[in-house]
Amino acid sequence: MELNFFVDYHRCIGCQACVQACQECDTHRGVSMIHLETIRRADSVQTAPQVCMHCADPICARVCPADAIKKTPDGVVQSSLKPRCIGCTNCVIACPFGVPRYTVEVDQMMKCDMCYDRTSIGKKPMCATVCPSGALSYTTLDDFRRDRRGTPVNEWVFGGETVRTRVFVVVPPPTEQMLIQLTTAAGGGAGPDTPADRDDVASLLEGR
Amino acid sequence: MQSLPTSPRPPGSVGVSPADGSARHAGGTPTLPGGMTPARPGPFTFSTACSLGAGIVMLLGIWFGSRGLRDFDSALVWYAGASVFSGMGIAYRYSMWLQRPPTRLYWRRGWQFFLNPARLAWNSGRLAGLFWDNFVLQRFIERRAPLRWGAHWLISWGCLLAAAVTFPLSFGWLRFETAPDSQEIYYCYLSGIRVLAFPTDSFVALVLFHVLDIAAVMVLAGISLSLVRRALDRGALSVQQFANDLFPLVLLFAVSITGLMLTVSSHVLHGTHHGFLSQFHAITVIMTLMYLPFGKFFHVFQRPAQLGVRFYKDAGAAGEPARCIRCGEEFGSRLHVEDLKLVQAQLGIHYEMPDGTHYQDVCPPCRRKNLALIQDGMWRAASLASEERTHG
Ligand code: SF4
Ligand code: SF4
Repeated sequence: MELNFFVDYHRCIGCQACVQACQECDTHRGVSMIHLETIRRADSVQTAPQVCMHCADPICARVCPADAIKKTPDGVVQSSLKPRCIGCTNCVIACPFGVPRYTVEVDQMMKCDMCYDRTSIGKKPMCATVCPSGALSYTTLDDFRRDRRGTPVNEWVFGGETVRTRVFVVVPPPTEQMLIQLTTAAGGGAGPDTPADRDDVASLLEGR
Repeated sequence: MQSLPTSPRPPGSVGVSPADGSARHAGGTPTLPGGMTPARPGPFTFSTACSLGAGIVMLLGIWFGSRGLRDFDSALVWYAGASVFSGMGIAYRYSMWLQRPPTRLYWRRGWQFFLNPARLAWNSGRLAGLFWDNFVLQRFIERRAPLRWGAHWLISWGCLLAAAVTFPLSFGWLRFETAPDSQEIYYCYLSGIRVLAFPTDSFVALVLFHVLDIAAVMVLAGISLSLVRRALDRGALSVQQFANDLFPLVLLFAVSITGLMLTVSSHVLHGTHHGFLSQFHAITVIMTLMYLPFGKFFHVFQRPAQLGVRFYKDAGAAGEPARCIRCGEEFGSRLHVEDLKLVQAQLGIHYEMPDGTHYQDVCPPCRRKNLALIQDGMWRAASLASEERTHG
Protein backbone atom coordinates (compact mmCIF):
# COMPACT_ATOMS: atom_id res chain seq x y z
CA MET A 1 0.00 0.00 0.00
CA GLU A 2 1.44 3.35 -1.01
CA LEU A 3 2.11 5.71 1.85
CA ASN A 4 1.21 9.35 1.40
CA PHE A 5 1.99 12.57 3.16
CA PHE A 6 -0.92 14.70 4.42
CA VAL A 7 -0.66 18.28 5.65
CA ASP A 8 -3.47 19.76 7.70
CA TYR A 9 -2.23 23.25 8.56
CA HIS A 10 -5.07 24.21 10.86
CA ARG A 11 -4.40 21.33 13.23
CA CYS A 12 -0.94 22.70 14.05
CA ILE A 13 -0.47 23.61 17.72
CA GLY A 14 2.95 25.24 17.29
CA CYS A 15 4.79 22.75 19.51
CA GLN A 16 7.88 22.79 17.25
CA ALA A 17 8.36 19.01 17.55
CA CYS A 18 8.63 18.80 13.75
CA VAL A 19 11.28 21.51 13.67
CA GLN A 20 13.38 19.63 16.21
CA ALA A 21 12.83 16.23 14.58
CA CYS A 22 13.71 17.58 11.13
CA GLN A 23 17.21 18.34 12.39
CA GLU A 24 17.69 14.64 13.03
CA CYS A 25 17.21 13.75 9.38
CA ASP A 26 20.42 12.18 8.10
CA THR A 27 20.41 13.91 4.75
CA HIS A 28 20.79 17.36 6.40
CA ARG A 29 21.78 16.57 9.96
CA GLY A 30 21.67 19.47 12.40
CA VAL A 31 19.73 21.80 10.12
CA SER A 32 15.97 21.95 10.13
CA MET A 33 14.35 22.20 6.73
CA ILE A 34 10.73 22.50 7.79
CA HIS A 35 9.20 25.97 7.94
CA LEU A 36 6.95 26.73 10.87
CA GLU A 37 5.08 29.96 10.27
CA THR A 38 3.47 32.10 12.92
CA ILE A 39 0.47 33.92 11.51
CA ARG A 40 -1.18 36.83 13.26
CA ARG A 41 -4.87 36.58 12.68
CA ALA A 42 -7.52 39.08 13.78
CA ASP A 43 -8.77 36.88 16.62
CA SER A 44 -5.86 34.54 17.40
CA VAL A 45 -2.46 33.29 16.38
CA GLN A 46 -2.04 30.40 14.01
CA THR A 47 1.05 28.34 13.40
CA ALA A 48 1.52 26.28 10.27
CA PRO A 49 4.19 23.85 9.09
CA GLN A 50 5.38 23.80 5.51
CA VAL A 51 7.19 20.84 4.03
CA CYS A 52 8.17 20.37 0.41
CA MET A 53 5.05 19.35 -1.48
CA HIS A 54 7.06 17.27 -3.99
CA CYS A 55 5.46 18.60 -7.14
CA ALA A 56 4.90 16.33 -10.13
CA ASP A 57 6.59 18.89 -12.39
CA PRO A 58 8.58 20.93 -9.89
CA ILE A 59 8.91 24.61 -10.70
CA CYS A 60 12.04 24.73 -8.54
CA ALA A 61 13.73 22.31 -10.95
CA ARG A 62 12.40 24.00 -14.06
CA VAL A 63 13.87 27.38 -13.12
CA CYS A 64 17.18 25.92 -11.91
CA PRO A 65 19.95 27.00 -14.29
CA ALA A 66 22.30 24.30 -13.02
CA ASP A 67 20.13 21.19 -13.39
CA ALA A 68 20.68 20.67 -9.71
CA ILE A 69 17.24 19.43 -8.63
CA LYS A 70 16.19 15.88 -9.46
CA LYS A 71 13.22 13.70 -8.72
CA THR A 72 13.42 10.06 -7.67
CA PRO A 73 11.32 7.38 -9.40
CA ASP A 74 9.02 7.41 -6.35
CA GLY A 75 8.23 11.09 -6.87
CA VAL A 76 10.42 12.67 -4.20
CA VAL A 77 12.06 15.91 -5.30
CA GLN A 78 15.54 15.90 -3.85
CA SER A 79 17.54 18.68 -2.30
CA SER A 80 19.99 20.33 -4.70
CA LEU A 81 22.88 18.19 -5.92
CA LYS A 82 25.91 19.55 -4.11
CA PRO A 83 28.30 19.46 -7.06
CA ARG A 84 25.87 21.37 -9.24
CA CYS A 85 23.98 23.98 -7.21
CA ILE A 86 25.45 27.42 -7.90
CA GLY A 87 23.43 29.18 -5.23
CA CYS A 88 21.45 31.43 -7.55
CA THR A 89 18.24 31.23 -5.41
CA ASN A 90 15.93 30.97 -8.44
CA CYS A 91 14.28 27.97 -6.81
CA VAL A 92 13.91 29.78 -3.48
CA ILE A 93 11.85 32.60 -4.89
CA ALA A 94 10.04 30.60 -7.59
CA CYS A 95 8.68 27.67 -5.56
CA PRO A 96 4.93 28.29 -5.17
CA PHE A 97 4.99 26.92 -1.63
CA GLY A 98 8.02 28.91 -0.44
CA VAL A 99 10.00 25.80 0.43
CA PRO A 100 13.70 25.86 -0.61
CA ARG A 101 16.22 27.50 1.71
CA TYR A 102 19.47 29.08 0.59
CA THR A 103 22.39 28.91 3.02
CA VAL A 104 24.97 31.62 2.41
CA GLU A 105 27.92 29.93 4.15
CA VAL A 106 27.79 26.86 1.95
CA ASP A 107 26.40 28.74 -1.07
CA GLN A 108 23.80 26.10 -1.64
CA MET A 109 20.08 25.48 -1.62
CA MET A 110 18.77 22.81 0.70
CA LYS A 111 15.23 21.66 1.20
CA CYS A 112 12.98 18.98 2.61
CA ASP A 113 13.53 15.67 0.81
CA MET A 114 10.79 13.85 2.72
CA CYS A 115 13.51 12.20 4.84
CA TYR A 116 14.58 10.13 1.87
CA ASP A 117 16.90 8.05 4.03
CA ARG A 118 13.77 6.89 5.87
CA THR A 119 10.91 7.00 3.37
CA SER A 120 12.94 5.12 0.74
CA ILE A 121 12.97 2.15 3.11
CA GLY A 122 9.34 2.41 4.15
CA LYS A 123 9.75 4.46 7.33
CA LYS A 124 7.83 7.65 8.14
CA PRO A 125 9.47 11.06 7.74
CA MET A 126 10.76 12.48 11.03
CA CYS A 127 8.25 15.34 11.24
CA ALA A 128 5.20 13.15 10.62
CA THR A 129 6.48 10.66 13.20
CA VAL A 130 6.56 13.22 16.00
CA CYS A 131 3.67 15.55 15.12
CA PRO A 132 1.17 15.10 18.00
CA SER A 133 -1.76 16.90 16.39
CA GLY A 134 -2.05 15.25 12.98
CA ALA A 135 -1.03 18.44 11.17
CA LEU A 136 1.60 16.29 9.48
CA SER A 137 0.82 12.63 8.86
CA TYR A 138 2.17 9.86 6.68
CA THR A 139 -0.15 7.00 6.03
CA THR A 140 -2.12 5.21 3.32
CA LEU A 141 -5.07 6.90 1.64
CA ASP A 142 -7.38 4.17 2.96
CA ASP A 143 -6.24 4.66 6.55
CA PHE A 144 -6.52 8.40 6.16
CA ARG A 145 -10.12 8.14 4.89
CA ARG A 146 -11.03 5.79 7.69
CA ASP A 147 -9.54 7.85 10.51
CA ARG A 148 -9.76 11.46 9.49
CA ARG A 149 -12.14 14.23 8.64
CA GLY A 150 -11.74 16.08 5.38
CA THR A 151 -10.68 15.27 1.89
CA PRO A 152 -7.09 15.15 0.64
CA VAL A 153 -6.38 17.42 -2.31
CA ASN A 154 -3.17 17.68 -4.31
CA GLU A 155 -4.01 20.08 -7.09
CA TRP A 156 -3.23 23.77 -6.64
CA VAL A 157 -3.98 26.75 -8.84
CA PHE A 158 -1.67 29.75 -8.60
CA GLY A 159 -3.09 32.22 -11.11
CA GLY A 160 -2.56 30.61 -14.50
CA GLU A 161 -0.41 27.82 -13.11
CA THR A 162 -1.81 24.47 -12.01
CA VAL A 163 0.50 22.43 -9.82
CA ARG A 164 0.03 18.79 -8.82
CA THR A 165 1.85 17.60 -5.74
CA ARG A 166 2.73 14.27 -4.17
CA VAL A 167 1.86 15.69 -0.74
CA PHE A 168 -1.83 16.26 0.02
CA VAL A 169 -3.49 19.08 1.91
CA VAL A 170 -6.58 18.24 3.96
CA VAL A 171 -9.64 20.39 3.25
CA PRO A 172 -13.39 20.14 3.74
CA PRO A 173 -15.20 18.16 1.05
CA PRO A 174 -16.12 18.51 -1.78
CA THR A 175 -13.02 20.59 -2.64
CA GLU A 176 -11.07 19.24 -5.60
CA GLN A 177 -8.61 22.04 -6.22
CA MET A 178 -6.93 24.62 -4.03
CA LEU A 179 -7.51 28.00 -5.62
CA ILE A 180 -4.82 30.27 -4.26
CA GLN A 181 -5.53 33.97 -3.87
CA LEU A 182 -3.77 36.43 -1.66
CA THR A 183 -5.28 36.67 1.77
CA THR A 184 -4.17 38.16 5.07
CA ALA A 185 -4.88 37.46 8.70
CA ALA A 186 -7.97 39.66 8.55
CA GLY A 187 -9.17 37.71 5.56
CA GLY A 188 -9.27 40.77 3.30
CA GLY A 189 -7.02 41.70 0.40
CA ALA A 190 -3.27 42.17 0.45
CA GLY A 191 -1.62 43.91 3.38
CA PRO A 192 0.70 43.26 6.28
CA ASP A 193 -0.21 41.00 9.17
CA THR A 194 -1.33 42.60 12.41
CA PRO A 195 1.58 44.64 13.84
CA ALA A 196 3.63 43.03 16.59
CA ASP A 197 2.93 43.54 20.26
CA ARG A 198 5.95 42.47 22.28
CA ASP A 199 3.93 40.37 24.72
CA ASP A 200 1.46 38.66 22.46
CA VAL A 201 1.59 34.95 21.68
CA ALA A 202 2.84 35.46 18.12
CA SER A 203 5.77 37.59 19.29
CA LEU A 204 6.69 35.00 21.87
CA LEU A 205 6.51 32.18 19.33
CA GLU A 206 8.57 34.12 16.85
CA GLY A 207 11.11 34.91 19.58
CA ARG A 208 10.90 38.65 18.90
CA MET B 1 16.86 9.01 -10.17
CA GLN B 2 14.69 9.48 -13.16
CA SER B 3 14.08 12.34 -15.45
CA LEU B 4 11.20 14.54 -14.51
CA PRO B 5 7.99 13.87 -16.36
CA THR B 6 7.24 15.82 -19.48
CA SER B 7 3.91 17.50 -19.12
CA PRO B 8 2.24 19.24 -22.01
CA ARG B 9 3.72 22.70 -22.11
CA PRO B 10 2.97 25.77 -24.13
CA PRO B 11 5.17 26.63 -27.09
CA GLY B 12 8.57 27.80 -26.08
CA SER B 13 8.63 25.83 -22.88
CA VAL B 14 11.44 23.50 -22.00
CA GLY B 15 11.63 20.31 -20.09
CA VAL B 16 13.63 19.64 -16.98
CA SER B 17 16.79 17.84 -17.85
CA PRO B 18 17.15 14.16 -17.23
CA ALA B 19 19.06 12.95 -14.23
CA ASP B 20 22.27 12.68 -16.21
CA GLY B 21 22.00 16.41 -16.66
CA SER B 22 21.79 16.43 -20.41
CA ALA B 23 19.20 18.88 -21.53
CA ARG B 24 16.07 17.13 -22.68
CA HIS B 25 14.91 19.90 -24.95
CA ALA B 26 17.39 22.53 -24.18
CA GLY B 27 16.58 25.46 -26.34
CA GLY B 28 12.88 25.14 -26.19
CA THR B 29 12.49 25.59 -29.90
CA PRO B 30 9.00 26.96 -30.30
CA THR B 31 6.62 24.90 -32.38
CA LEU B 32 4.54 27.12 -34.59
CA PRO B 33 0.88 26.45 -35.39
CA GLY B 34 0.59 23.72 -37.96
CA GLY B 35 3.66 21.95 -36.61
CA MET B 36 6.10 24.21 -38.45
CA THR B 37 9.37 24.99 -36.80
CA PRO B 38 10.85 28.49 -36.85
CA ALA B 39 13.64 29.48 -39.17
CA ARG B 40 16.32 29.92 -36.53
CA PRO B 41 18.42 26.83 -35.94
CA GLY B 42 17.12 24.45 -33.29
CA PRO B 43 19.05 23.58 -30.15
CA PHE B 44 20.35 20.35 -31.58
CA THR B 45 21.66 22.02 -34.75
CA PHE B 46 23.35 24.71 -32.69
CA SER B 47 24.91 22.18 -30.35
CA THR B 48 26.05 19.98 -33.23
CA ALA B 49 27.75 23.04 -34.74
CA CYS B 50 29.40 23.83 -31.37
CA SER B 51 30.57 20.26 -31.07
CA LEU B 52 32.05 20.20 -34.57
CA GLY B 53 33.62 23.61 -33.97
CA ALA B 54 35.26 22.35 -30.78
CA GLY B 55 36.58 19.30 -32.63
CA ILE B 56 38.06 21.45 -35.39
CA VAL B 57 39.65 23.89 -32.93
CA MET B 58 41.22 21.01 -31.02
CA LEU B 59 42.55 19.35 -34.18
CA LEU B 60 43.99 22.68 -35.36
CA GLY B 61 45.47 23.16 -31.88
CA ILE B 62 47.15 19.78 -32.12
CA TRP B 63 48.41 20.48 -35.65
CA PHE B 64 49.91 23.88 -34.91
CA GLY B 65 50.96 23.13 -31.33
CA SER B 66 52.91 20.08 -32.44
CA ARG B 67 54.46 21.97 -35.37
CA GLY B 68 52.62 20.07 -38.07
CA LEU B 69 52.77 16.83 -36.05
CA ARG B 70 56.57 16.93 -35.95
CA ASP B 71 56.48 16.78 -32.12
CA PHE B 72 53.45 14.49 -32.01
CA ASP B 73 54.14 11.17 -30.31
CA SER B 74 52.23 8.57 -32.33
CA ALA B 75 52.22 6.22 -29.32
CA LEU B 76 49.84 8.69 -27.68
CA VAL B 77 47.45 8.97 -30.61
CA TRP B 78 44.65 7.14 -28.77
CA TYR B 79 44.84 9.61 -25.92
CA ALA B 80 44.71 12.54 -28.33
CA GLY B 81 41.81 11.05 -30.29
CA ALA B 82 39.80 10.34 -27.13
CA SER B 83 40.49 13.89 -25.91
CA VAL B 84 39.10 15.36 -29.13
CA PHE B 85 35.96 13.21 -28.93
CA SER B 86 35.57 14.13 -25.29
CA GLY B 87 35.98 17.83 -26.14
CA MET B 88 33.28 17.54 -28.79
CA GLY B 89 30.93 15.83 -26.33
CA ILE B 90 31.56 18.48 -23.72
CA ALA B 91 30.91 21.27 -26.23
CA TYR B 92 27.67 19.56 -27.28
CA ARG B 93 26.35 19.15 -23.78
CA TYR B 94 27.54 22.55 -22.62
CA SER B 95 25.81 24.31 -25.50
CA MET B 96 22.60 22.35 -24.89
CA TRP B 97 22.77 23.35 -21.26
CA LEU B 98 23.37 27.00 -22.14
CA GLN B 99 20.23 27.04 -24.24
CA ARG B 100 17.94 26.36 -21.28
CA PRO B 101 16.20 29.68 -20.48
CA PRO B 102 17.43 30.07 -16.85
CA THR B 103 20.99 29.11 -17.78
CA ARG B 104 21.02 31.37 -20.81
CA LEU B 105 19.82 34.30 -18.74
CA TYR B 106 22.45 33.85 -16.02
CA TRP B 107 25.16 33.38 -18.61
CA ARG B 108 24.19 36.57 -20.45
CA ARG B 109 23.65 38.62 -17.30
CA GLY B 110 26.81 37.33 -15.61
CA TRP B 111 28.98 38.49 -18.50
CA GLN B 112 27.04 41.74 -18.87
CA PHE B 113 27.65 42.72 -15.25
CA PHE B 114 31.21 41.46 -15.22
CA LEU B 115 32.22 43.36 -18.36
CA ASN B 116 30.49 46.59 -17.32
CA PRO B 117 33.30 49.08 -18.12
CA ALA B 118 32.64 51.16 -14.99
CA ARG B 119 33.21 48.16 -12.74
CA LEU B 120 35.57 46.00 -14.77
CA ALA B 121 38.64 46.74 -12.62
CA TRP B 122 36.77 46.09 -9.37
CA ASN B 123 35.14 42.98 -10.87
CA SER B 124 38.51 41.61 -11.97
CA GLY B 125 39.83 41.93 -8.43
CA ARG B 126 36.72 40.25 -7.10
CA LEU B 127 37.08 37.50 -9.69
CA ALA B 128 40.62 36.82 -8.51
CA GLY B 129 39.39 36.60 -4.91
CA LEU B 130 36.49 34.32 -5.82
CA PHE B 131 38.80 32.16 -7.91
CA TRP B 132 41.21 31.74 -5.01
CA ASP B 133 38.48 31.01 -2.50
CA ASN B 134 36.14 28.86 -4.57
CA PHE B 135 38.47 27.16 -6.99
CA VAL B 136 41.94 26.97 -5.44
CA LEU B 137 40.92 26.47 -1.81
CA GLN B 138 37.34 25.31 -2.43
CA ARG B 139 36.31 26.84 0.87
CA PHE B 140 32.57 26.51 0.21
CA ILE B 141 33.00 22.73 0.28
CA GLU B 142 34.99 22.94 3.48
CA ARG B 143 32.06 24.74 5.08
CA ARG B 144 29.73 21.94 3.94
CA ALA B 145 31.81 19.18 5.54
CA PRO B 146 35.57 18.98 6.16
CA LEU B 147 35.80 15.33 5.10
CA ARG B 148 33.98 16.05 1.87
CA TRP B 149 36.31 18.98 1.28
CA GLY B 150 39.45 16.89 1.89
CA ALA B 151 38.28 14.23 -0.55
CA HIS B 152 37.21 16.75 -3.17
CA TRP B 153 40.33 18.89 -2.91
CA LEU B 154 42.66 15.92 -3.32
CA ILE B 155 40.71 14.39 -6.19
CA SER B 156 40.20 17.65 -8.07
CA TRP B 157 43.78 18.89 -7.76
CA GLY B 158 45.17 15.44 -8.47
CA CYS B 159 43.10 15.29 -11.67
CA LEU B 160 44.00 18.85 -12.71
CA LEU B 161 47.68 18.18 -12.14
CA ALA B 162 47.50 15.04 -14.26
CA ALA B 163 45.52 16.83 -16.96
CA ALA B 164 48.05 19.69 -17.05
CA VAL B 165 50.72 17.17 -18.07
CA THR B 166 48.77 14.55 -20.02
CA PHE B 167 46.97 16.82 -22.47
CA PRO B 168 50.01 18.84 -23.64
CA LEU B 169 52.02 15.63 -23.89
CA SER B 170 49.45 13.70 -25.90
CA PHE B 171 48.74 16.71 -28.15
CA GLY B 172 52.44 16.95 -28.98
CA TRP B 173 52.76 20.41 -27.40
CA LEU B 174 55.22 19.25 -24.76
CA ARG B 175 58.33 17.22 -25.50
CA PHE B 176 61.31 16.09 -23.42
CA GLU B 177 64.73 15.36 -24.93
CA THR B 178 68.25 14.77 -23.70
CA ALA B 179 70.75 17.46 -24.62
CA PRO B 180 72.71 16.58 -27.79
CA ASP B 181 76.01 16.96 -25.95
CA SER B 182 75.13 15.42 -22.58
CA GLN B 183 73.06 12.48 -21.38
CA GLU B 184 72.87 14.16 -17.95
CA ILE B 185 70.83 17.17 -19.11
CA TYR B 186 67.21 17.16 -20.14
CA TYR B 187 65.48 19.77 -22.26
CA CYS B 188 61.74 20.51 -22.13
CA TYR B 189 60.20 21.99 -25.30
CA LEU B 190 56.82 23.68 -25.56
CA SER B 191 55.70 23.78 -29.22
CA GLY B 192 59.30 23.51 -30.30
CA ILE B 193 60.51 26.29 -27.99
CA ARG B 194 62.94 25.23 -25.29
CA VAL B 195 61.46 26.34 -21.97
CA LEU B 196 63.45 24.35 -19.43
CA ALA B 197 66.81 22.62 -19.06
CA PHE B 198 67.59 20.51 -15.99
CA PRO B 199 70.03 17.82 -14.87
CA THR B 200 68.50 14.33 -14.74
CA ASP B 201 69.44 13.90 -11.10
CA SER B 202 67.94 17.22 -9.96
CA PHE B 203 64.87 17.76 -7.81
CA VAL B 204 63.08 19.32 -10.80
CA ALA B 205 63.64 16.13 -12.76
CA LEU B 206 62.36 14.02 -9.89
CA VAL B 207 59.15 16.07 -9.66
CA LEU B 208 58.63 16.34 -13.42
CA PHE B 209 59.12 12.66 -14.12
CA HIS B 210 56.87 11.67 -11.24
CA VAL B 211 54.20 14.32 -11.48
CA LEU B 212 51.66 11.74 -12.67
CA ASP B 213 52.54 9.50 -9.72
CA ILE B 214 52.06 12.41 -7.34
CA ALA B 215 48.69 13.10 -8.98
CA ALA B 216 47.72 9.42 -8.71
CA VAL B 217 48.57 9.33 -4.99
CA MET B 218 46.52 12.48 -4.40
CA VAL B 219 43.55 10.99 -6.25
CA LEU B 220 43.81 7.68 -4.41
CA ALA B 221 43.96 9.47 -1.06
CA GLY B 222 40.91 11.51 -2.08
CA ILE B 223 39.02 8.40 -3.15
CA SER B 224 39.78 6.75 0.20
CA LEU B 225 38.40 9.75 2.10
CA SER B 226 35.39 9.81 -0.17
CA LEU B 227 34.67 6.12 0.42
CA VAL B 228 34.97 6.60 4.17
CA ARG B 229 32.45 9.42 3.99
CA ARG B 230 30.12 7.46 1.74
CA ALA B 231 30.28 4.44 4.04
CA LEU B 232 29.66 6.39 7.25
CA ASP B 233 27.26 9.12 6.19
CA ARG B 234 23.77 7.67 6.34
CA GLY B 235 22.43 10.61 4.36
CA ALA B 236 24.87 9.92 1.53
CA LEU B 237 24.09 6.21 1.73
CA SER B 238 20.41 6.82 1.12
CA VAL B 239 20.77 9.06 -1.93
CA GLN B 240 23.95 7.81 -3.61
CA GLN B 241 23.70 5.81 -6.80
CA PHE B 242 26.25 3.57 -8.37
CA ALA B 243 26.13 5.17 -11.83
CA ASN B 244 26.33 8.74 -10.63
CA ASP B 245 28.40 8.65 -7.47
CA LEU B 246 30.44 5.47 -7.32
CA PHE B 247 31.24 4.75 -10.96
CA PRO B 248 33.30 7.98 -11.31
CA LEU B 249 35.33 6.89 -8.28
CA VAL B 250 35.85 3.46 -9.82
CA LEU B 251 37.10 5.09 -13.02
CA LEU B 252 39.51 7.39 -11.20
CA PHE B 253 40.72 4.52 -9.07
CA ALA B 254 41.42 2.42 -12.17
CA VAL B 255 43.32 5.24 -13.87
CA SER B 256 45.41 6.03 -10.80
CA ILE B 257 46.24 2.51 -9.77
CA THR B 258 47.22 1.36 -13.27
CA GLY B 259 49.34 4.52 -13.63
CA LEU B 260 51.15 3.75 -10.38
CA MET B 261 51.59 0.13 -11.39
CA LEU B 262 53.32 1.31 -14.56
CA THR B 263 55.86 3.19 -12.43
CA VAL B 264 56.36 0.16 -10.19
CA SER B 265 56.79 -2.05 -13.24
CA SER B 266 59.50 0.12 -14.78
CA HIS B 267 61.37 1.12 -11.59
CA VAL B 268 61.03 -1.94 -9.38
CA LEU B 269 60.07 -4.94 -11.53
CA HIS B 270 62.40 -4.21 -14.48
CA GLY B 271 59.54 -3.71 -16.89
CA THR B 272 57.52 -6.81 -16.02
CA HIS B 273 54.08 -6.68 -17.70
CA HIS B 274 54.79 -3.12 -18.82
CA GLY B 275 53.16 -3.59 -22.23
CA PHE B 276 49.98 -5.04 -20.80
CA LEU B 277 49.83 -2.42 -18.05
CA SER B 278 50.29 0.49 -20.42
CA GLN B 279 47.46 -0.80 -22.62
CA PHE B 280 45.25 -1.31 -19.60
CA HIS B 281 46.08 2.18 -18.36
CA ALA B 282 45.28 3.66 -21.77
CA ILE B 283 41.87 1.95 -21.75
CA THR B 284 41.02 3.36 -18.32
CA VAL B 285 42.09 6.88 -19.33
CA ILE B 286 40.14 6.73 -22.59
CA MET B 287 37.03 5.51 -20.75
CA THR B 288 37.36 8.40 -18.29
CA LEU B 289 37.75 10.90 -21.11
CA MET B 290 34.67 9.50 -22.84
CA TYR B 291 32.72 9.68 -19.57
CA LEU B 292 33.59 13.37 -19.02
CA PRO B 293 30.70 14.89 -20.99
CA PHE B 294 28.05 12.53 -19.63
CA GLY B 295 28.48 11.89 -15.98
CA LYS B 296 29.29 13.58 -12.73
CA PHE B 297 32.58 15.07 -13.98
CA PHE B 298 30.62 17.48 -16.16
CA HIS B 299 30.07 19.66 -13.08
CA VAL B 300 33.67 20.82 -13.56
CA PHE B 301 32.46 22.76 -16.57
CA GLN B 302 29.16 23.90 -15.06
CA ARG B 303 30.63 25.06 -11.80
CA PRO B 304 32.22 28.33 -13.01
CA ALA B 305 28.67 29.63 -13.48
CA GLN B 306 28.81 30.13 -9.71
CA LEU B 307 31.14 33.08 -10.35
CA GLY B 308 28.69 34.67 -12.80
CA VAL B 309 25.95 34.33 -10.20
CA ARG B 310 28.08 36.32 -7.73
CA PHE B 311 28.34 39.24 -10.14
CA TYR B 312 24.63 39.00 -10.78
CA LYS B 313 23.92 39.12 -7.05
CA ASP B 314 26.25 42.13 -6.65
CA ALA B 315 24.37 43.98 -9.38
CA GLY B 316 21.03 43.04 -7.83
CA ALA B 317 22.10 44.23 -4.37
CA ALA B 318 23.24 47.56 -5.81
CA GLY B 319 19.84 48.11 -7.45
CA GLU B 320 16.28 48.37 -6.23
CA PRO B 321 15.05 45.66 -3.84
CA ALA B 322 11.98 43.53 -4.54
CA ARG B 323 9.17 44.15 -2.05
CA CYS B 324 6.50 41.59 -1.29
CA ILE B 325 3.05 42.76 -2.37
CA ARG B 326 1.54 41.05 0.66
CA CYS B 327 3.74 42.13 3.58
CA GLY B 328 5.84 44.90 2.04
CA GLU B 329 9.11 43.31 3.18
CA GLU B 330 12.19 43.08 0.94
CA PHE B 331 12.92 39.61 -0.42
CA GLY B 332 15.75 39.91 -2.91
CA SER B 333 16.43 42.19 -5.82
CA ARG B 334 13.93 43.57 -8.31
CA LEU B 335 16.37 42.59 -11.05
CA HIS B 336 16.15 38.96 -9.98
CA VAL B 337 12.38 38.91 -9.67
CA GLU B 338 11.82 40.58 -13.04
CA ASP B 339 14.36 38.31 -14.76
CA LEU B 340 12.73 35.29 -13.20
CA LYS B 341 9.37 36.38 -14.60
CA LEU B 342 10.94 36.44 -18.06
CA VAL B 343 12.40 32.97 -17.55
CA GLN B 344 9.06 31.71 -16.29
CA ALA B 345 7.31 33.09 -19.38
CA GLN B 346 9.80 31.22 -21.57
CA LEU B 347 9.26 28.06 -19.55
CA GLY B 348 5.48 28.34 -19.71
CA ILE B 349 5.04 29.02 -15.98
CA HIS B 350 2.08 31.39 -15.54
CA TYR B 351 1.92 33.01 -12.13
CA GLU B 352 -0.30 35.90 -13.31
CA MET B 353 -3.19 36.16 -10.84
CA PRO B 354 -6.75 36.98 -11.92
CA ASP B 355 -6.65 40.28 -9.99
CA GLY B 356 -3.75 41.52 -12.11
CA THR B 357 -1.05 40.83 -9.50
CA HIS B 358 1.79 38.39 -10.05
CA TYR B 359 2.43 35.53 -7.66
CA GLN B 360 6.16 35.98 -8.22
CA ASP B 361 5.84 39.28 -6.31
CA VAL B 362 4.86 37.45 -3.12
CA CYS B 363 7.74 36.62 -0.77
CA PRO B 364 8.28 32.96 0.26
CA PRO B 365 7.16 33.43 3.91
CA CYS B 366 3.95 35.10 2.73
CA ARG B 367 3.35 32.24 0.30
CA ARG B 368 3.53 29.81 3.20
CA LYS B 369 1.31 31.92 5.46
CA ASN B 370 -1.17 32.49 2.68
CA LEU B 371 -1.61 28.76 2.02
CA ALA B 372 -2.26 28.05 5.70
CA LEU B 373 -4.72 30.93 5.98
CA ILE B 374 -6.65 29.76 2.94
CA GLN B 375 -6.90 26.21 4.26
CA ASP B 376 -7.89 27.43 7.71
CA GLY B 377 -10.47 29.73 6.16
CA MET B 378 -12.00 26.77 4.32
CA TRP B 379 -12.41 24.83 7.55
CA ARG B 380 -13.88 27.84 9.34
CA ALA B 381 -16.36 28.35 6.54
CA ALA B 382 -17.26 24.66 6.60
CA SER B 383 -17.85 24.63 10.35
CA LEU B 384 -19.91 27.84 10.15
CA ALA B 385 -22.03 26.28 7.44
CA SER B 386 -22.54 23.15 9.49
CA GLU B 387 -23.46 25.20 12.59
CA GLU B 388 -25.97 27.11 10.54
CA ARG B 389 -27.46 23.88 9.30
CA THR B 390 -27.67 22.51 12.86
CA HIS B 391 -29.25 25.60 14.38
CA GLY B 392 -31.51 26.37 11.79
S1 SF4 C 1 7.12 22.38 -3.30
FE1 SF4 C 1 8.63 23.79 -4.12
S2 SF4 C 1 10.59 22.89 -3.54
FE2 SF4 C 1 9.06 21.27 -3.35
S3 SF4 C 1 9.07 20.24 -5.36
FE3 SF4 C 1 7.47 21.81 -5.45
S4 SF4 C 1 8.51 23.58 -6.34
FE4 SF4 C 1 10.13 22.20 -5.63
S1 SF4 D 1 19.95 27.77 -5.87
FE1 SF4 D 1 20.90 25.89 -6.67
S2 SF4 D 1 19.22 24.44 -6.82
FE2 SF4 D 1 18.29 26.47 -6.62
S3 SF4 D 1 17.92 27.15 -8.71
FE3 SF4 D 1 19.93 27.95 -8.12
S4 SF4 D 1 21.39 26.41 -8.79
FE4 SF4 D 1 19.39 25.44 -8.83
